[in-house]
Amino acid sequence: MTAAIEARNLSKTFGGERRWFGRARPPVCAVREVSFRVAAGETLGIVGESGCGKTTLARMLAGLLPPSGGRISVDGKEPRAGAGPWGGLVQYVFQDPLGALNPRKTIRQIMHAPLRHLLGMDAPAREARVAELFDAVNLHLAFLDRYPHEFSGGQAQRIGIARALAANPRIVVLDEPVSALDVSVQAQVLNLLADLRRAYHLTYLLISHDLAVVEAVSDRVAVLYCGAIVELADAAEVFARARHPYTRLLADSAPVPGRPPAAAAPGELPDAPTRGCAFAARCSRADAACRQRAPEPVYTRKENYVRCFRPLETPR
Amino acid sequence: MSGARFAASFAALGALLLRHRLAGLGALVLLVVAALAAAAPLLPLPNPDLTDLANRLQRPGAPGHPLGTDHLGRDLLARLVWGTRLSLAVGVFASLIAALAGSCIGIAAGFFGGRTDNLLMRGIDMLMAFPYILLALAIVAALGPGLLNALYAVAIVNIPFFARSVRGATAAIAHREFVDAARLAGMRNWRIIGGEILPNVAPVITIAMSTTIGWMILETAGLSFLGLGSQPPQADLGSMLGEGRNLLINAPHVSVVPGAMIFVVVVSINLLGDGVRDWLDPRLRAGQLSRPAAVTRIERADAGAAHRPDGALLQVRGLRTRFVSAGARTQYAVNGVDLTVDAGQCLGLIGESGSGKSVTALSLLGLAPSPPAVIGGGRVYLAGEDLLAADFERLRAIRGRRVAYIFQNPMAALHPLMTVGAQLTEAIRCHRRMPRQAALDEALGLLRQVRMPGAAARARQYPHELSGGMRQRVGIALALANAPELVIADEPTTALDVTVQAQILQLLAQLRRERNLALIFVTHDFAVLSQLCDRVAVMYAGRIVESGPTHDILARPAHPYTAGLIRCAPRLGGGRRPAAIPGLPPAADRLPRGCAFAPRCARRREACEAGKVASTRLSAARRVRCLYPLEAA
Amino acid sequence: MRYCLKRLMAVVPVLLGLTVIVFSMLAFLPGDPATAILGPYATPDNVERLNRQLGLDKPPAQQYLIWLGNILQGDFGRSYSLNRPVLDEVLERFSATLVLAGAALLLCTLWGILIGVRCAVAQYGWSDRLLTLAAVAGISVPSFWLGLLAILAFSVHLRWLPASGMFAVYGGGGAADLVRHLILPALTLSVVATGVIARLTRSAMLEVLRQDFVCAARARGIGERRVIYRHAFKAALVTIIPVIGVQAGFVLGGAVYVETVFQWPGVGRMLVQAISTRDIQLVQGGVVVVAASYVLFNLLADLAQHALDPKIKT
Repeated sequence: MTAAIEARNLSKTFGGERRWFGRARPPVCAVREVSFRVAAGETLGIVGESGCGKTTLARMLAGLLPPSGGRISVDGKEPRAGAGPWGGLVQYVFQDPLGALNPRKTIRQIMHAPLRHLLGMDAPAREARVAELFDAVNLHLAFLDRYPHEFSGGQAQRIGIARALAANPRIVVLDEPVSALDVSVQAQVLNLLADLRRAYHLTYLLISHDLAVVEAVSDRVAVLYCGAIVELADAAEVFARARHPYTRLLADSAPVPGRPPAAAAPGELPDAPTRGCAFAARCSRADAACRQRAPEPVYTRKENYVRCFRPLETPR
Repeated sequence: MSGARFAASFAALGALLLRHRLAGLGALVLLVVAALAAAAPLLPLPNPDLTDLANRLQRPGAPGHPLGTDHLGRDLLARLVWGTRLSLAVGVFASLIAALAGSCIGIAAGFFGGRTDNLLMRGIDMLMAFPYILLALAIVAALGPGLLNALYAVAIVNIPFFARSVRGATAAIAHREFVDAARLAGMRNWRIIGGEILPNVAPVITIAMSTTIGWMILETAGLSFLGLGSQPPQADLGSMLGEGRNLLINAPHVSVVPGAMIFVVVVSINLLGDGVRDWLDPRLRAGQLSRPAAVTRIERADAGAAHRPDGALLQVRGLRTRFVSAGARTQYAVNGVDLTVDAGQCLGLIGESGSGKSVTALSLLGLAPSPPAVIGGGRVYLAGEDLLAADFERLRAIRGRRVAYIFQNPMAALHPLMTVGAQLTEAIRCHRRMPRQAALDEALGLLRQVRMPGAAARARQYPHELSGGMRQRVGIALALANAPELVIADEPTTALDVTVQAQILQLLAQLRRERNLALIFVTHDFAVLSQLCDRVAVMYAGRIVESGPTHDILARPAHPYTAGLIRCAPRLGGGRRPAAIPGLPPAADRLPRGCAFAPRCARRREACEAGKVASTRLSAARRVRCLYPLEAA
Repeated sequence: MRYCLKRLMAVVPVLLGLTVIVFSMLAFLPGDPATAILGPYATPDNVERLNRQLGLDKPPAQQYLIWLGNILQGDFGRSYSLNRPVLDEVLERFSATLVLAGAALLLCTLWGILIGVRCAVAQYGWSDRLLTLAAVAGISVPSFWLGLLAILAFSVHLRWLPASGMFAVYGGGGAADLVRHLILPALTLSVVATGVIARLTRSAMLEVLRQDFVCAARARGIGERRVIYRHAFKAALVTIIPVIGVQAGFVLGGAVYVETVFQWPGVGRMLVQAISTRDIQLVQGGVVVVAASYVLFNLLADLAQHALDPKIKT
């Protein structure tokens, strides 16, 4: 069976190109050698702290940013390099729901754009399809003639989701879809996304900094640190039975009601990745080998792996 | 409504009207002048170029020549009208040319970025390397004197201004998410420029035009004044002025009148332009450019009613804060909040955005920004003293000394151009007089207390050189600088990563124990709150809907909203789908009459929406504002 | 320090580009300079000889390089109309312009900032309204007209101050005389820039006063005066300083009008005369010197801003 989406050694480096005057800026590695396969209908959660390359990865997967190295294949096909976003296959739901809607267009104009440009539908067909989509995300058709500023964050995010679905994509990249929303609205949107996945047989890539959201929604979870996946495991056990020390640190740091504040590990995300394992400087288990070489993936199960020389023993 | 309130709202309204009245006045004058200029061929005016040496240098008011005549006996009124016509036309065309060329360059540079941007903007920089008018002079020198050449020169000189502002606006928009969305919707570059970028850049172009059109009229007139623009016998206002200059002493009207006309035209254009800017700039429209005062405006409707403060460190009774702005509905953010914090106690104030929790925190020391905030009632007793009745000096002595704040975004709350050490010593020395060195030593001690690695070196750094976590440590050190009794922390970990959040929470817990600090911890996250706080107060639509011991409420919430808030956030290891609360919180400018949560509540009955719901005591430590609370305790 | 060097290096291409623009603009102009010099009755023979003499028969690129090489050696050529070396004339005139423009820049910076801060502090008060209105009037007034009015009022009617020149013709000289002659033109020249700086300072201060760090400073109990004049003003200066750099360009350029009105023997008046007489070498020399000095001034403004704002690290 082919994967719905597969990334092989995907990398992205910013900077490094020569400027007109002066020296070249040092290159910054935003995403390093990321590989994963996501089966059709599966949800892969991608979790990490700010600056770990989550959004860069997401934008590459949606074709909004050309990778510096590696490959992406969707449904076994490789979208042509440099062909721009492959909107008909992969769609994107943005973090800032209002920022993703052009303030000077009506919702109708916004909703019609993908139907017209990607699917080439005529006006009556577009109207019918929009009505169907709005029904699916529980929005009123009267909203179509309004402008984005008239909506709350939760409503705007529903519009953003409806627009993403309009193109009939196989895969939807959800970039922090609920982090800009209020707590009480977050759950509404998460539940809507879960319902839509079932109804439209979608594959999700859910990017978030919120461990609990990722755990609740995903089938499998990739933990990103300094641009590399340090652990890829099933959602049910990634935090409960962490194998990578960084995953463990994340899980311990997440506040849980009733649990006293964790004895926090020192340090923060480094500015520039060092030689060897990027986490070594903060890791209590690191030894000389960790600081010398970057660890390769060690496969734990068919598709799951951990990038660590000295993974934690999982308590049985 | 008090007299002061009336006066203040009238002043604000007056300011608004004044600006718009001035813009209206500018528009009116401009309209009249432009209409006269446009109608010049139809008006019963003598030929402006007809010389009549017998009647030269007639004073204004001479028969047949209302404004007199010039040195060749030409009628000044006719020349003025025709000259205005010419000057206006040249100014408008020059600004259109500059706007078109500049916007094209700016949009191309901003949208495509990279090499294109570099090349185009280097060219613009070259143009900007010339002092403004000098470039126009050089261009006229190359093209030769003449009105059309002056027009080109002035237009070229103004291209950089358009190019730069449009480029800035375009680059900001080109990276917005809706442009990515348009790409994903299959739109190509040119369609994106036309459909997504241009409509959003248009206000910037309009603003730039409204700023520059006045200059351009001035500059073309100036070139004509120097004899490099319009050539005789054709005359615009500038060349009239230039010709009349030699007669300044004997016949001042020949030069003063056309100059006054230029002034009137340009002033009216600029006044109108200011109005256009106010109207187009969303920040100005929202009244956000008002300067917040040092203390929130206080207009307590319940000035007479006094409560008896008890022994608590902080006691808040019936606090009300609203946001009043001209031309918008009043937002009722805080609607009668009661809080009590004892010495050494930690109170968690939880709610969604818009629930009024941050406004409550800021109102306690009069820090809610006014305008638009107004404290409309209530008492804030600090150890028995009503802070809302204190004068500014008294309040200032308490701020930072006895009650201190920690803000959500440490980057924004620290002065960007002062070193960490300077800000700390300043905070110390503004309450306690001591030599600079002693204060610096104390500052270093504080940095060590907040576990800042390499304290001495960090003190010499600027906020932007620190990581997010370290910045918040500085924020905490600043709050602790004068050993306050109470610290109010407004979402201090929301902007931080989860591992850093854990560090900061641990630090706060530790410091609280060591110093027996009272803490008000404002947050939207029950999980974070439960790690730190003994007691919790849940806010919804500006009211406390439930309060009590944290573990008690977490285990057995009484208010349906509290229960919903606990259930709707997914928990790590919870393994279940979150249960959503349906609907949206009410808008703060249209609060329902009864329970604000009733429209979203599954337990709603008629009585809930009929009238105000009072807070009732559930047990010794718990209160709830609900007619039909869940089974509790 | 590294920033200074980098910034200095960046000036070189700008200066080079500037000379290219000046040269190409004036070298390809439609009229023939030799014809212009020799007058309409010159024989074609004479014209060709003069062209050769001026090097105008060579290809443009070569002409430019020769011209640039000469400039770098301080040889800007000879002015046809004045019959003296261009550089001597330009430097003499430019020093007079510098006195005028420097005084005006000082005035507009001082008054502009004072008025702007005053307006921001008393926002929507009467002083704010009056001063903002005055600032609008200031940016709208044609300086050549304002100069004439000033002469009418203070020289013709009140006879307080001299109307023209830099020194009195008889018994002139000395600093006091210079200042007396300087007052009217410097004030006239500073009006527009004062208006611009005042408006900008006002909005920059209002913008800064809304920011979180001002609220945070107040929350620390820091006095209102210190909050406004130290915290807010310091942050506002970062946006004000570049505008002062731009205003220096306006003042230098605006000097053309004021010099013409007040017969100030500056470079602006010289340029206008040179353009009328088509004295190309003089125009080129004047434009290059003034523009280059403006570029250097902006360099100073940049360095000042850098000293103030530690965040700029490019």
